[in-house]
Amino acid sequence: MTTSTGRIFRIHWVPGTDRLHATCHCAAEREFEDPVELWDWLLAHPEGHTP
Amino acid sequence: MTWFPRDQWYVAAYGSEIAHDLFSRTVCGEPILFWRTREGTVTAMPDRCVHRRFPLSQAPSRLVDDQVVCGYHGFTYDATGKCVAVPGQTRVPRTARLLPYPVVEQDSFVWVFIGDPAGADASRIARAPWLVDPAYTTVCGMEPLQARYELLVDNLLDLSHETYLHGGYIGTPEVASTPITTEVDEDAGIVYVSRHMDDAECPPFYSKSTGLQGRIARWQDIEYTPPCLYKLHSRIAPVGSVPRADGTDPDAFHVEVVYAITPETETSTHDFWAVARDFALGDEEVSAFLADSNRTVVLQDVVALNVLEKVIATEPEGYQELSINIDTGGLAARRMLSRLRGKS
Repeated sequence: MTTSTGRIFRIHWVPGTDRLHATCHCAAEREFEDPVELWDWLLAHPEGHTP
Repeated sequence: MTWFPRDQWYVAAYGSEIAHDLFSRTVCGEPILFWRTREGTVTAMPDRCVHRRFPLSQAPSRLVDDQVVCGYHGFTYDATGKCVAVPGQTRVPRTARLLPYPVVEQDSFVWVFIGDPAGADASRIARAPWLVDPAYTTVCGMEPLQARYELLVDNLLDLSHETYLHGGYIGTPEVASTPITTEVDEDAGIVYVSRHMDDAECPPFYSKSTGLQGRIARWQDIEYTPPCLYKLHSRIAPVGSVPRADGTDPDAFHVEVVYAITPETETSTHDFWAVARDFALGDEEVSAFLADSNRTVVLQDVVALNVLEKVIATEPEGYQELSINIDTGGLAARRMLSRLRGKS
């Protein structure tokens, strides 16, 4: 994994579930069941990325 | 928008493929002529005579010292692409020139820049230093793929397919069943996908090369720098072993699996692969085993992706595929490639 301090999107598979936890570089977080919806949300930054 | 990202560096060959002889390879739809000059540097220029387009790599074209003589009418070019002789007249037309490609030989690869040469910053080329590091022993090859490069990117970003397509070689049940972590560095332009299996079956690829038997810790850390360079940092160790706080990792075996994904045409790809290891250094038996096994694995992918390309060619417009959690990294790579193509 990266140690970069740049703009990083992080997606973790929530242990024991089928859900994905997305964290934007702006620190907004959200869980998803579909990676396509997840990327749509991340890439829409800053729209819908309220802390 | 082009079908591939322009203004990017691509691997065209291994340095070992280029001798003082004419060599041609098509990269991103552009046929390129290479040779190694007597001084040892690699030249790269269009593989087409400016006169009547005859391929300069095609016999009876020939290399004379460091000049290539077209086998059709004798147009002669030097190592910079400048035309130095034409038949029957002393005046060489001003436009008789082959525009050379920026070329860099690095980490055993020959890289060419496809796009506006003014943007060819060699410091942007992603590195794979293990391939020339004396602390590693490397085996490598290249397989032609009759499929678009995006299919190979999809394939390599989601290693869960190892369980099904590469069983008996590198696939075990744990690969598909272990969750992944995905990170995307927007500034550096890198996709990372990690799968850490802490108690897994040891596949023959690793048991026979490392000597480890039984259960193992197997870590897969992917680092893809679109469009061309893919690295899989593979760590194999006894169960329970982790790297030390000082960064050393003496109980583990490390394998750096490197792919260069170079589009040839819209529907064909040069699939360069290399396997560098930090154990059994110089052991020819282990090298032969890993080379044979990895080539077998690559060819299993080639067969599958060649079929996929045919499926895509015949499907109706607008087919909707399905993506699930294992595709998170592949989707990130697709998006990054799309953005790079959009800049073209």
